[in-house]
Amino acid sequence: MDGGTTGAPAGAVVKQHLIDPEICIRCNTCEATCPIGAVTHDENNYVVDVGTCNFCMDCVAPCPTGAIDNWFQVAAPFSLEDQLSWQELPPRPALPAASGEGEAVDALDEEAAALIAEAHKGAGGRVRAPVSASKPRVNLFNRASPAIAKVTGNIRVTKSGTSSDVHHVILDFGAVAFPVLEGQSIGIVPPGTGADGRPHAMRLYSVCSARDGERPNTNNLALTVKRVAEPRADGGVFRGVASNYLCDLALGDTVRVVGPFGATFLMPDDPDADVVMICTGTGAAPFRAFTERRRRTGGTGRGRLHLFFGARTPEELPYFGPLQKLPAALLDQELVFSRLPDRPKEHVQDRMRRRPADLAALLARGSTHVYVCGLRGLEEGVEAAFSEIGAAHGLDWPATRAAMREQGRYHVETY
Amino acid sequence: MPDGMNVDYDGLIPNNVDLNADARVRKALETWHPGYIDWWKDMGPEGFQEALVYLRTAVSVDPKGWARFDYVRMPDYKWGILLAPKVEGRLIGFGQHRGEPAWQEVPGEYRGMLRRLLTIQGDTEPASVEQQRFLGKTAPSLYDMRNLFQVNVEEGRHLWAMVYLLQKHFGKDGREEAEDLLRRRSGNEDSPRMLGAFNEETPDWVSFFMFTFFTDRDGKMQLEALAQSGFDPLSRTCRFMLTEEAHHMFVGETGVQRVIERTCAAMRAAGIEDPSDVERVRALGVVDLPTLQKKMNLHFSLTLDLFGNEVSTNAANAYNSGLKGRYREDKLDDDHRLLDSAYPVLRCVDGVIAEEAVPALSALNMRLRDDYVVDCQGGVNRWNKAIEKAGVAFRLTLPHVAFNRKIGEFSRIHADPEGRVLPPEQWAANRDRWLPSTEDNLYIVSLMTPVDNAGGYAPWIASPKVGIDNKPGDFEYVKLWD
Repeated sequence: MDGGTTGAPAGAVVKQHLIDPEICIRCNTCEATCPIGAVTHDENNYVVDVGTCNFCMDCVAPCPTGAIDNWFQVAAPFSLEDQLSWQELPPRPALPAASGEGEAVDALDEEAAALIAEAHKGAGGRVRAPVSASKPRVNLFNRASPAIAKVTGNIRVTKSGTSSDVHHVILDFGAVAFPVLEGQSIGIVPPGTGADGRPHAMRLYSVCSARDGERPNTNNLALTVKRVAEPRADGGVFRGVASNYLCDLALGDTVRVVGPFGATFLMPDDPDADVVMICTGTGAAPFRAFTERRRRTGGTGRGRLHLFFGARTPEELPYFGPLQKLPAALLDQELVFSRLPDRPKEHVQDRMRRRPADLAALLARGSTHVYVCGLRGLEEGVEAAFSEIGAAHGLDWPATRAAMREQGRYHVETY
Repeated sequence: MPDGMNVDYDGLIPNNVDLNADARVRKALETWHPGYIDWWKDMGPEGFQEALVYLRTAVSVDPKGWARFDYVRMPDYKWGILLAPKVEGRLIGFGQHRGEPAWQEVPGEYRGMLRRLLTIQGDTEPASVEQQRFLGKTAPSLYDMRNLFQVNVEEGRHLWAMVYLLQKHFGKDGREEAEDLLRRRSGNEDSPRMLGAFNEETPDWVSFFMFTFFTDRDGKMQLEALAQSGFDPLSRTCRFMLTEEAHHMFVGETGVQRVIERTCAAMRAAGIEDPSDVERVRALGVVDLPTLQKKMNLHFSLTLDLFGNEVSTNAANAYNSGLKGRYREDKLDDDHRLLDSAYPVLRCVDGVIAEEAVPALSALNMRLRDDYVVDCQGGVNRWNKAIEKAGVAFRLTLPHVAFNRKIGEFSRIHADPEGRVLPPEQWAANRDRWLPSTEDNLYIVSLMTPVDNAGGYAPWIASPKVGIDNKPGDFEYVKLWD
């Protein structure tokens, strides 16, 4: 094949933008839209030059067919000649396992991709999206041309006086389309520069609202942000730049938003799917989104949501109040507290061990999806609990987990 | 975002042309607006004015902003005036004014010609809405229904686009033309639409798909030619309209393709090898491929008439004066004046079809028609791929350009789909082999039973490969009940 069109080093995995020839109607809209001439055609196909395309995404929204929205991870990019000869998209190339990359493209932006790869590490291998998940849009906006959102809400969702200062921040996109799915993240780049004079690093935040907005059919999304303020060894306090920036936003402020990101940690659209959600602290953000989505689409299927949610105290558990109002038929919830007075410490994995029969039955079912989200280390406790429960019910947890991961039914996002 | 990108949605008429700064035109359009809404309610989709439809609305002409999807009641759709961003320093690309700066105002000497071009283009837009107004009642799915309504509201917007140019640049004459665009009615004996194909009925969904594939494609070619115009506001208008027109092409091409896929799958399942075994195929409740071929023959030939006479002085004048270019003129490599070149044209001399070289300037309609045929052929090839993939031995073919013509060189003769000239009695004897017969049409109409449960499809059409806006298969594209 002709490698001359790519600037990528041989062997490295790159993301390649491809057009599906079976869906494309050759209307020329993408070629006319592309600002840098990366799209070209012959009498057979419209194709994208991997060496020119800079993922600006300008061509994606105007495409009338959706053929434009294909992103492959490839070790050897397809040349223009390859693409021009296609009658249909080739199968996604197998990647060396060591590359650690999944098939789905979480982000086109290297900075965001690295953050997501790190957060998903705890799944223990290559992850896939649930089979019935909707197709996500990724990276419609980047650092150079972010979407501008306006703050329309910023409230604390943990009790005042506790040391967990968690905020629910609502960002409205006005007339700009910023499509997200539950489980996806957005990137925030705080304004200004760091001590080294360089722009601040990007931080990813999981969207905690449903795909159609905080309320149905609003063009906004919400985040769950914990203010990072930790004592330092020298007696001072480390303050997280992005989290403090977000928690201090006033109504009407504008925020530069990058993304959306993430293509695997998505909820199944199948109403018959059971979803087990295990989290601590702000790890609850995607599960608030999942729950709200299920609530809006109505309990039409057999699937149920199961939540194991840990915090130190009820006062420090984000959304403690609203969670009390959700019907048990929608959400089976186990709220677990580690610092209750007069009670021994209890963590989510401890509570999981108290529901062994239920969890074993769920793991045995092919429609169960498990999601783990919270601070790094949570996955180890969860692993141990699942192993024990599995062993007691004649289920090989490592093999089950591998199969579930392969089928897009096991997901970890820890940080 | 640069100026002129964002659309002002606050006023009555969304626009990116700073309508607020032009009191005269704004008033003229606001006066025209109630008549338009009345026309839409009378002649727009019958019975679905209250339904919530998942529609695409442009919120900016920037690529990221012009495809915002949301549930909208059609009469509340934001019809607006959207021009592609101005290209600074744009020059006229062809004709005797080639190299001069593009006009921002209409040159006096070309007023009449330009007004006529705008009026003819404008007239086709509401006409197709009128032709399709009953189709919602027999939609094969909510997905298809939504696509129909998207096409309809965008045709409505294209009318707005032409009316804006008429009101802005043609004073009283323009105002009268704008009124007339709302007065004429498709198929009406007293005040028909201006072009023949736009007075034909669109009685069923196979016709609708064929219409959007073949006839809307003529619209695309005309818009491509006008997008080259030296009159810059027209060029910018047409460039933005083309991005919307692409959706109409998509509806037509994939619509027919899905009919083909369903037919082939049903034939395979029933073990029918012979596509011409019409009776057995029809017993399966799907559209047989020979009938699809006849529908193609009809819509292709009707649409060719829209290109006008093969040799035309009007077309030469429009080109020479810099008003209407060739298809993708800016991509062509020649002198862009065409004063000394020739172009081969098929003519009918003494009842014989023969190629003749004529001055390129007078052959511009023919040239655009040739580009159109190539564009159609690409889609037909993809349909044939679907048939081949299903393992059915059948090929769809475009009929000869002389077949079934009412305008131009071949209107005086009869020719078969291969282009052989026939005596009238032989044509009459074979007409129903080549064009849909009454029986064929009745059969297609008999299939048109509506399916309106989310995710359901009528048994004569396959489901699409991907949803609109990436929506899942059972998405409720039209909410018929609250």
